[in-house]
Parts: sequence; C-alpha cells; structure tokens
Amino acid sequence: MDQFVQQLLNGLFLGAIYALIALGYTMVYGVLRFINFAHGDVFMLGAFGGLYVHKALAPLLNALPWPLALAVVMLASMAICAALGIAIEYFAYRPLRTRPRLNVLITAIGVSLFIEYTGQLVFGATQQPFPALIPRQNISGLGGLTVTMTQVIVVVVTTALLIGLRYIVMRTRLGLAMRALSLNPTAAALMGVNTSVVISFTFGLGSALAAAGGILYASLYPSVDPFMGIQPGIKAFVAAVLGGIGNIPGAALGGMIIGVVETLVTGYSQKLGIPSGYKEGVAFIILILILLFKPSGLLGKVEREKV
Amino acid sequence: MQLLLKYRTQAFLLLALLVSFVVSQASDNIDGYVLQIMLVAGINIILAVSLNLVNGHTGQFSLGHAGFMGVGAYMSAAVSVEMGPSILGLLGGPSTLSHGVTFVIALLVGGLCAAVCGWMVGVPSLRLRGDYLAIVTLGFNEIIRVVFQNTSSSGPFGGALGMRGIPDYSTFFWVFGIAAICIYVVASMVNSTYGRGFLAVRDDEVASESMGVNTVRYKVVAFVLGAFFAGLAGGLYAHLFGAIDPKGFGFLKSVDIIIMVILGGMGSTLGVVVAAIGLTALNEQLRDAEKFRMIVFSILLIVMMIVRPQGLLPVTFEKKRRKSA
Amino acid sequence: MSSVLELNDVSIQFGGLRAVGGLTFSIQPGELVGLIGPNGAGKTTVFNLITGVYQPTSGSIKFGGVSVPGHKPHQITKLGIARTFQNIRLFSSLSVFDNVRTAKMMHLQHGIAHSLFRGPAFLDEEAMIENEVFDLLDIFDLGKEASTPCKSLCYGDQRRLEIVRALATKPKLLLLDEPAAGMNPTEKEELMHLIQFIKDKFQISVLLVEHDMKVVMGICQRIAVLEYGVKIAEGTPAEIQSNPKVIAAYLGTEDGKGPLDA
Repeated sequence: MDQFVQQLLNGLFLGAIYALIALGYTMVYGVLRFINFAHGDVFMLGAFGGLYVHKALAPLLNALPWPLALAVVMLASMAICAALGIAIEYFAYRPLRTRPRLNVLITAIGVSLFIEYTGQLVFGATQQPFPALIPRQNISGLGGLTVTMTQVIVVVVTTALLIGLRYIVMRTRLGLAMRALSLNPTAAALMGVNTSVVISFTFGLGSALAAAGGILYASLYPSVDPFMGIQPGIKAFVAAVLGGIGNIPGAALGGMIIGVVETLVTGYSQKLGIPSGYKEGVAFIILILILLFKPSGLLGKVEREKV
Repeated sequence: MQLLLKYRTQAFLLLALLVSFVVSQASDNIDGYVLQIMLVAGINIILAVSLNLVNGHTGQFSLGHAGFMGVGAYMSAAVSVEMGPSILGLLGGPSTLSHGVTFVIALLVGGLCAAVCGWMVGVPSLRLRGDYLAIVTLGFNEIIRVVFQNTSSSGPFGGALGMRGIPDYSTFFWVFGIAAICIYVVASMVNSTYGRGFLAVRDDEVASESMGVNTVRYKVVAFVLGAFFAGLAGGLYAHLFGAIDPKGFGFLKSVDIIIMVILGGMGSTLGVVVAAIGLTALNEQLRDAEKFRMIVFSILLIVMMIVRPQGLLPVTFEKKRRKSA
Repeated sequence: MSSVLELNDVSIQFGGLRAVGGLTFSIQPGELVGLIGPNGAGKTTVFNLITGVYQPTSGSIKFGGVSVPGHKPHQITKLGIARTFQNIRLFSSLSVFDNVRTAKMMHLQHGIAHSLFRGPAFLDEEAMIENEVFDLLDIFDLGKEASTPCKSLCYGDQRRLEIVRALATKPKLLLLDEPAAGMNPTEKEELMHLIQFIKDKFQISVLLVEHDMKVVMGICQRIAVLEYGVKIAEGTPAEIQSNPKVIAAYLGTEDGKGPLDA
C-alpha cells in the first residue's frame, strides 16, 4: 500500500511537469488550431537556459539563498524561452497563417528538428549534469513515504504558475482576447482584437511555462541533453489531447493523469508482464486509444464539421 | 506505331525494366561506391513515390512510412536468412534462378506484411484527419520500432542489435525494376477515372461522398498500397546493406522520406522522383558533415513550406480537348 | 404515381437542440419543390439528412421505396440523389473536366485492376467517359473551360459547375442548396431557366433550398416552409405568398410576436 501511495505521489510530481508543457500545446492549439511540434524542444531549451544562466551568474547566485537563486534562474530562462517562442512563431509560423494547417505542422516538424540538431551542435550531443538549484534533501516526517525537496518545489511552482495562468486568461484583457480568438478568430479580429499580438503573447506564455517545466524536469532528473524534450514533449501532447485539446484545465488534468499512469506502468511493469522497454510506446498507445474512442478528450467539446 | 502510342504507359514500363536489366548485367563496370548510391536513390524513389500516394494524392498525412519500410526489411530478411537455405535446397542449390526466387519470396512476404500493417494503421485512422492522423501514424511508427527493439537479442530479429548477414540480393535490376513498377502503378492508377477519386478525397471528403466516391475504400487502398511498396523498399534496403537495426526505421527516416515528397511537390510523381534522386545525392555530399545534415534538411523543410509549399515540380493541369469523335 | 422521396415524421436532435422536428413531406417524379424558411430554420439540415451526412433521430426517409438512413452518403448518391452545397465545394485542385469526371467514377464497370492493366476495355471506357463529360460540359457551355483549374472560374460558373458535377452522377433527384446565393439579377434569371431546363431535359425531380423569393416563387410548383425545424406551411407559390403564418415567420406579426407565440 505504501509503495502504491509512493508511486502515486511520484506520478503526480512528474505529471505536474507534463501539465506545464501540455498547457503550451493546448493554448497554441486553442488560438491557432495546430500542433506546435517544436514545443518539446522549447522545453529542452528552457532546461539549457537554466544551465547557462546558472553558469553565467554563478558567483552572484551562490551568494543568494537558494529559493531566490532558483527564482532568478527560472525567471531568466522563462524570459529567454518566451522570446524564442515568439521568434519561432514570427519567423516560421506567421508566414503560413493563411495556409493549410498541415503545412504549418510540417514547418513545426522542421523547426523541431532544427532546434534539436542546432542544439546538438551548440551544446554537444552528450548529457550534461544539471546544477542542484534545489537542495537535494528529503522531507522528513512522512512515515514510510519519500518526498524530496525538489518534488515539493515542483508542486509549489506548478501550482503558482497555474494560478497565475488562470488569472491571465480569465482576468486580463489579453486573456480575454485569447479566449475570443480561440472561439472565433474572424469575429475577434472584427471586434478590434489584434490577433498577431495575441498569438505572439500565447506563444510567449506557452514557451515560458515550458521553460519552467524544463528546469523542474532537469532538477528532478538532473541531466540535460539536446534530445531530452522529445519524450516529455510527446507525453505532454498526449496529456493535452487526453484533457481535451484547447482546454486549459483539461491540459493540467491530462498531465497529472499521464504522469500517474506512466509511473504506475513503469513501477508495476514487471508484475503486469510488460517488458520495461515498451515504456516508450505507452504514451502512443494511450494517444491512439483516446483519438479513436474519445477524440474530444475528457473536458473538450466536440467540433462538428459544417456541411 | 499507333498501337505503341495507345499503350505507351505499358511500353515505358517494359523499357524501364529492360534498361534496368541491361544496366544490371553491366553493373560490374560501375564503381562500387557510385553503384551503391544509385541503388539507395532507387530505394528512395520507391519510398517517396509510395508515400506520395498516401500524403500527396490522397491527402492523408502519414508520418510513419519508415515503420512500414522496417516491417518489410525485417520480414524479408527473416525469410531469406531463416528459410533461404531450405528454399535454395528445394531449387537444387545456389544459382541465379534460385537466389532470384528466394529474393522474390522474401520481398513479397516483406511487402505483404507491411501491407497488412498499413491496413491495421489505415482502418482505425480513417476517423482522424490532418494533424491528428499525422501524430497517430508517427505513434504507429514508434510502436513498430519499439516492438522490434524489444525482441530477444538471440531471436531472429536480434533486438536492439538488429539483423546481420542478410544476403546481398539487391542488384540494379531488382531496385530499379521495382522502382519502375512502383511509379507505373501509382501513376497509372492516379491517371484514370478511378484514380481521380484519390485526388477528390484529398480536396473535399464531404463532396467526394456526395459524388458517390467511397472515401473509406480509397483511403484504405492508398494506405495498403503505400505500405506494400514501402515494405518492398525495406526488403531491398535490407538485402543491399546486409544489416539492419530498429533505429534505421524510426521517425527520422520517415522525415527523410517526407522531405522528398515535399521538395518534389505533393501529388507530383515526377517531382518526387527527381527529389528522391537529388536528396540522395545531397545526403552523400553531407556525409562528411553529419552534424550539419539534419540542420540543412530541417531548414530546407521550413523554407519550402514558407516559400514554395507546392514543391519544386508541382502538378500541372493536363490539357483536355474533345477528341473529334 | 408513387413519390420519389418520402420523409415521414423525421426529427433530428443535436444535443439539446431539435434542428428538425416531425417533418413530413414528399416529392413526386418530375416535380420541382422549393424548401424555404428563415435563416437557421433547418433547411440545409434536411439536405444533410436526405444525403446521409446526418442520421435522423427518428422518422423514416424513403427514396424510391428504399430506406435512406443507415446508408453512407456515397451509397445514397448511387441510389440516385445528387446535391450541391451552400458554400461551393468543388475539388479545388482539379480541372473543370476532372471535377465532372470524378462523378463518373461510380458508374465504372472496371475498377482498380483495369486502371493498372490499361487494356482495351479500360481505354474504351475512359474514352466513353470523356465523351459523356464533354457532352455534359457542352450543354452548360463549359466545354471550352475543360482544362481550366476550377478555382479560376468565375463565381457563377463555379456554381454551375457544381450543378453539372451533380448531374454527372445521373441522379433521379437533385438537391440544390441556395444556388442563387451571391448571383446578380441577370445571373439569377439565367439560373431559373437553367433549373427548368435541367428538370425537363434530364427528367428529374428537384428540391430547391433558396432564399431568393423571386427565384423560388418563379419556378417551384410546390413550396414547403420551415421554421425552427418545423413545417409551418406547404402549397403552391400563390398559397404560400398569402399564408399568414409564412408572412409572420418572415416579417414577424404586428404585435411583435412570432408565429409560434400565437
């Protein structure tokens, strides 16, 4: 029983990170109706951003208490990735705005490969250790359960970011514009919404969340490499689809579910008789099942094609 | 003469088969390295033309073509490695004929297994469109790779290490003969009243149905036939290099094929053939700069989509005028 | 004489919305029937029900005695119902000729194998189809545009091409969804003649959804009026024009109440 609760907890911590990445997929899908294939790679860049910011500011950061140092690294990396996300949209996706969605998807695959292989050239292909921004210690007094400080921070940061995001989307003018755009782009434009600004903002926001996810992920599994974004990216995408793509609470819920399922499958794979090598296929099997049986996801709406 | 004109498509096919046979007989005179690149180009032509049937003509964006190629490669290699000796024995020992028969059986088994996989992917994917379909086919590709990767390392498929010692049956004749057949099949099918259905499905499924086009059947035919030829290409690939491993049939290989289709022009058989040859050559040029290869290809993909999404050699409209009856 | 098409108490529900409720009407052979009603009255939904795009929640639809629901749209086309679309849906990457040729596909005697073998039978059939397509295009004066990409046709010609394409399926019943939309008065005038001409020349029944009252009143023998998915009136153009319910549906009643409030 203890082991089960432990696995469940581990799954929720991992799921929190998936949720952060899934939000980016879902928001971009909401306003542009396309899958930003390169989103997992922005997540990777976020982790590397953290690594390099930490390297550059090491003397300063060492003097600060660790929560503050973490905040500095995280905010810096989020800002960098937000700028990158906006730039990607501006140079690669914006010229295609009136083209078929599939063209944009192909471009996004190109962008994804470009980031990965340029990353390989710049950062090197090997894994690099990620600095201990969060003290590697366990929280005591939980009986048989093991919870690390990193896991606690993951939950705290994710919760804070989700609340912040909810505030932006529900309470600000830009958030209102985002919602309007996702419902009907033409009508939103006619009502004076500057769609370009809103789309840029959405990419920036999504990329910043991915960057935060990247740093948390790299703190949880302390190493980084240029291809580290692929698997979490896929799982987060599955999470977004599971929750109902375009639906923000859905993405958060989906992330949690995928995190838990993955951890439980990995933890119990031997008992279930699944070779652990099949782990990489699990996310896809879930995805295929959702798309075949409930393509609108848990919280999404059914879209009917107008004839 | 008139007869030749009337059946020119078939005449072209026969000519192509004849030429590949003649070149094959003389292939000892071709530099080994050059010959290998030519054969790789031929295999890429098959892959690109067959993917073009699915992605270009029928408009069902598949990101998993390398998965079908992998199934064909593994299954055909398994036939010629595991059953090859007994087939050769049945035919009275090694000879050009018995090797040929073994290879044909191996290729057909590979192609048919891939076709079955194509059917298995195609049927459930019928309910999906656009980017969802793309992601699901990518998923199937990865699942196929993961399955081969997790086979026992002592079994016939060799797990992550893959298979070795596959006989080198792939000659110029086989590669280009099959490439010619593939081009013939796709081109002549599409260029018929029956084949206009593929293009109609791509343009508008609702309107297609209301014109009496069975969209489901067309999509399945495209997936199955595309996968069949990808399986043949995989078989040729396995019997060209003599060794295969699961990584060679992953997402990146699928992207390679997609770049050929996009560069040539979706739906343009000629363009796709030219692009397959060009990209094979470019790939060789970049062999010494492996680090830059994918960067170049990814930029190519992005720039093409922005500047010339219809491809370098897009489809042109056939001139139709009423024949004086 | 038995009806070509018979709808009996047909309803369809989308979530909580009853888009069509208890609709009963029929079309006789060679008849030109109009289906009118304010925006959102469910006219196009009726088309989608007849052509199998939607399945009715209840009720029966019979075409030539065959029950339509449960058939796929392409099977219904084979039964002999063809349609055009409110927002033109041509095959945008195909030429004018190929757009019409696509509709010929379902009449093929020979399938995929013949298109690969390309033997004499195949070539003969292709030549025959080519002739049929040109015959049809010529009737509508589109023969010289055969190789033109369909999207470079002018708007009126695109609408006409959609009708030609539908006729190429050799239908017994033709459904036209707002064919006059976006046309100028001269084009509308031509369209009215065209519809009459089609009906007589091809001996088919026509069901016409149209907003333009001049067109509907000018050519329809009988008109059914829908409001909120319910048939509120049916009759000859003259009867419909003087029907108080219809007038109320279109203009509202003097006390500001809709007809259903009364």
